[in-house]
Amino acid sequence: MSKARAFLVAAATLLVGRGRRRRLRPGEREPIVAAPTPRSPDAELVAIGLLLASAASAIAFVVIYVLDRLPAHTQLLGLALGLAFVFLAAALTVTAKRLVPNEELEDDYPEQEHPDEQERVVQVVEESGLTRRRLFVLALGAAGGSIGLALLTPVASLGPALHLARFSLTPWRRGTRLVTEDGEPYRADEIEEGTFYTAFAEGADKEALASSLVLVRLPKSELDLPPENAGFDADGILAFSKICTHAGCAIALYRKPMFAPTDPQPALICPCHYSTFEPAKGGKVIFGPAGRKLPMLPLAIDGKGFLRARGNFDGPVGPSWWGVRMKRPTT
Amino acid sequence: MRRLLAFGLAALVLAPAAHAQTGDVTRGRHLYGRYCIACHGANGMGVIGGRAEGQKREGPPLVGVGALAADFYLRTGYMPLRQVGKQPRRSRVLLSEAEIRALVAYVASLGHGPPVPRPQPERGSLSEGLKLFTDHCAGCHQVVAQGGFLTGGVAPPLDRATPTQIAQAIRIGPYLMPRFSPRQITPRQVDSIVRYVLYAKHPDDRGGWAIGHIGPVPEGLVTWFLAATTLVAVCIVLGKRLGRE
Repeated sequence: MSKARAFLVAAATLLVGRGRRRRLRPGEREPIVAAPTPRSPDAELVAIGLLLASAASAIAFVVIYVLDRLPAHTQLLGLALGLAFVFLAAALTVTAKRLVPNEELEDDYPEQEHPDEQERVVQVVEESGLTRRRLFVLALGAAGGSIGLALLTPVASLGPALHLARFSLTPWRRGTRLVTEDGEPYRADEIEEGTFYTAFAEGADKEALASSLVLVRLPKSELDLPPENAGFDADGILAFSKICTHAGCAIALYRKPMFAPTDPQPALICPCHYSTFEPAKGGKVIFGPAGRKLPMLPLAIDGKGFLRARGNFDGPVGPSWWGVRMKRPTT
Repeated sequence: MRRLLAFGLAALVLAPAAHAQTGDVTRGRHLYGRYCIACHGANGMGVIGGRAEGQKREGPPLVGVGALAADFYLRTGYMPLRQVGKQPRRSRVLLSEAEIRALVAYVASLGHGPPVPRPQPERGSLSEGLKLFTDHCAGCHQVVAQGGFLTGGVAPPLDRATPTQIAQAIRIGPYLMPRFSPRQITPRQVDSIVRYVLYAKHPDDRGGWAIGHIGPVPEGLVTWFLAATTLVAVCIVLGKRLGRE
């Protein structure tokens, strides 16, 4: 109890007597380490106030943490902790700028210890022909050249240069069944008009570039497949690679007209850059940045009514690169 | 005797209802003749290649679309359409409640069509709804149903869609939207989707600012413009020398 009282008295004394020097005890020397700076008693008060505010904010954080289910709980927690740090930083700034004495001292260069050796070093440098200026220019060149090289390196990502074969590999071969995300085989009579489905190659890695398909069904009378895709549909069901030929996003949008005479025609759309492909024309690009048609997979319906591939894609799957049109998909 | 009494009572109760039904259909037929017939044709047979007063007058047949579609298009203000060929957008509903009921009854009487669905979002699961919405809807409507664009059309935001309208739109596929049959999305799954869309109207923004719910790009911009500017300003203040001229 008396200790607490002593503490309070001491705190009060220090607060009231701030800015005044401590009286020296007999025999004690003036501890001067730096030139005396103008004392600012207000700054002392401000610093102490800020430190206490920081403490209060930190305690508020604990209190808010305990009082769960407050509205905007997360925000209050963040605010309390943030304020605690802001107050602490402000207190330290005030302390550094107003309370800690600053002094600039000059120091002479030390005397040369080995004049002969230094003479020789200077001689070597002069004989090498390397001046300060040249060294600087060399370093500048190294920095500029390296940055240029670093900026040019990503050009290598613009297209595969080696090991092109893996880009044309697909899991599709004659007879591969089309399955749902859960591995259930698709039946032809499940596929309805006016909507779209995602399918995968049975037994293949779903993450593989050429595994995923988008399936749509159109009335057979509306099909206008180019000669090279003739017969690719199975009773009006069309299968395309789900990977856009522009930048490799998943074709996640299918627009289907409510009323064909007035609305835009059915199309598969990539949400990334709005490349738009017309399924009725074998995946022809009708809008957007894609440079080539969507690869189409020939389909067949087996004796049990399941959908199966009737071969491989009619072109390479995935985003385009230099010379992509020369490639044929393989299994 | 008691059975007879019950039968009589039932007849008394049902007769006015049945009468109201036929009355609605008659009234609806009149309204149809006034507002809809130019594009949808007599008896909802549809019009293809029609013109009137130099304007296109074309519209799909309404036979068999049922109360479901009529209720959706009238209550969202999609119909009557201002201009043929334009995407129907949500607008002020100009018809009164009684007129809508009459028109819906008339369109429903044109053929066997689905009734107005009654989704029960409280039976659905929010997490399943999120998954289904991401699979089937978010590609166009954005993951918190803020809407988006596709070539040739607009995917509207769903902030004003009622549970019934959400369930109806899934089945109809208005304008360019695909339609999903009960085989592809079961009524139970519709309940979950509705529950999720209702949640997405006021999502739980744990981080504070929603910044329009349009994703990480605006969030990043805010961070860079506000937080980074503040940090630089603090650095400048800290680095300044005070009282030393």
